[in-house]
Amino acid sequence: MIAQRNMEVSIGSLSLQNPVMPASGAFGPEMHEALDFNKIGAIIPKSITKHPQPGNDTPRVCETHGGMINSIGIQSKGLDVYLSKTIPEFSAYDVPLISSISAESIDEFCEMSDVLGSHPDIDALELNISCPNLKGDGLAFGMDAEVTRELLTRVRQVTDVPLIAKLTPNVTSIQEIAKAADAGGADALTVANTILAMAIDTETKKPMVGNVMGGLSGPAVKPIMVRMIYQTSQVTDLPIIGCGGIMNGTDAIEMILAGASAVQVGTASFITPTALTDVVQEIRDYMERHDVKNIYDLVGSVEC
Amino acid sequence: MKQHLLPIISNVQVSSRYWHMKIDTTEMNETIEPGQFFHIRCSEGIFPFLRRPFSIYRINKEDDTIEFLYLVKGEGTKDLTRKKPGDTADLLGPLGYGFQLQPECDDILLTARGVGIATLAALAQEAGRKGVRCTAILSARSRDDLLAAETLQDFGAEVHKVTEEEGTSGVDSVESLMRDIINRKNIKALYTCGSRRLSRLNQRLAEEYKLPGEIALEEQMGCAMGACFACVCDLEEDGKQRSVRVCLEGPVFPLEKVVIS
Repeated sequence: MIAQRNMEVSIGSLSLQNPVMPASGAFGPEMHEALDFNKIGAIIPKSITKHPQPGNDTPRVCETHGGMINSIGIQSKGLDVYLSKTIPEFSAYDVPLISSISAESIDEFCEMSDVLGSHPDIDALELNISCPNLKGDGLAFGMDAEVTRELLTRVRQVTDVPLIAKLTPNVTSIQEIAKAADAGGADALTVANTILAMAIDTETKKPMVGNVMGGLSGPAVKPIMVRMIYQTSQVTDLPIIGCGGIMNGTDAIEMILAGASAVQVGTASFITPTALTDVVQEIRDYMERHDVKNIYDLVGSVEC
Repeated sequence: MKQHLLPIISNVQVSSRYWHMKIDTTEMNETIEPGQFFHIRCSEGIFPFLRRPFSIYRINKEDDTIEFLYLVKGEGTKDLTRKKPGDTADLLGPLGYGFQLQPECDDILLTARGVGIATLAALAQEAGRKGVRCTAILSARSRDDLLAAETLQDFGAEVHKVTEEEGTSGVDSVESLMRDIINRKNIKALYTCGSRRLSRLNQRLAEEYKLPGEIALEEQMGCAMGACFACVCDLEEDGKQRSVRVCLEGPVFPLEKVVIS
């Protein structure tokens, strides 16, 4: 008889059937043709902005060694379309729905969190305080500990749903930002968004993406993320959602050993549309092989 | 939008820059339309990292095969040339919306440039099957790149070749040729792929002669599933512009609507 393998994890008060969810921006409703959404831990649609915005100039993606740079610029149809179309489209599935929010000010984060947090079909909010693609030379709220603390404190006041802060890796000390998000009232931390990067076509001497700089993702960034997850887990007890370069179950396990209790899979879905459910199965296989009964027995169990 | 692992029947170099790959689609069970594309994984490792979009060159319903005519441009397509008969091709697709052949349009004109010729070849094949008369202007750097001309002729198309090498591929020359064909034949629709300049020319002539038309766009893609918003273009409808994803809402669009940058 096959032993029970418990893959359930908690993000604040939210319980997920397994620890695997998409990274915002690398997942869309059209993928249901290739992927069984009911088998993943949670659904996270692309970050939503209050107003419609057009996104950046093309080209918006380019390849790099073991990864890619994107500068999409959060092309968005705005909150109204999100509420009327995107949410109903995803709430038909049997897994929690987490809304990723991008905003231009703390006030706007509060306003959107109020609207989305009180929506009956939305189970948690991920605050994208870290998108490196917008104007301002790649600057983000999450680069400043004090701003991060204030942002979380203010958003915490308007909603009771679990709040996940998606941190940026483009900082000197991710631990300082993690502590600030924790102090502000975050329920979990996603570690981390993409790494600010740039590539140049040496023939044309032009940047490879229209926005000059963009966010690096893919297997090339994974060791950096594993390090950041490990460092973050040293300073906070909040659940960590590992993100960045996961291509398979082994990569996910590596992040879990470093301290993550859930993971996000992004770029891998571009190569293999079933990557999310493949990772779920491969984590289960690992638990089987190592006779791990509960996923939490692995979280942070790296032997240093 | 399914991932298919299918056997490669052949993969050979057909000119200095172009390769031809034939794939057995017996196990696929999908309807494939001209103008649609597949997102193909060219390499096994993590560099080159992303899949590459390829339009379909020939759709052979009778023996359950499809063919791709591809330009070797970078590391990805170079890796694809290393695939041998019997190897597995990793295809995501068929993706996107293809060309529409309207029943009343029984005489069509195709204008294709470079690798865009491959995209329109599948349409010429479909036109041949449906008894639609087809004329094609094929433009390339050199005659060596115009190897698909014979294929289009086999499909029954009247083919006109223009090249840089011979100084016949300039927009003005192609315009005279198009006007001549439109006037001489009873052309009912225009189709184009592969060149911005020729696309603008097609838009201009479509408007002047009041002809419907379609354009197949080529764009760098990330996921090709509508998730990443990398491959966008603008459409103009009722005086307003809106951004669309080429992979999802295209790659074939109404000619008059596409804003060509």
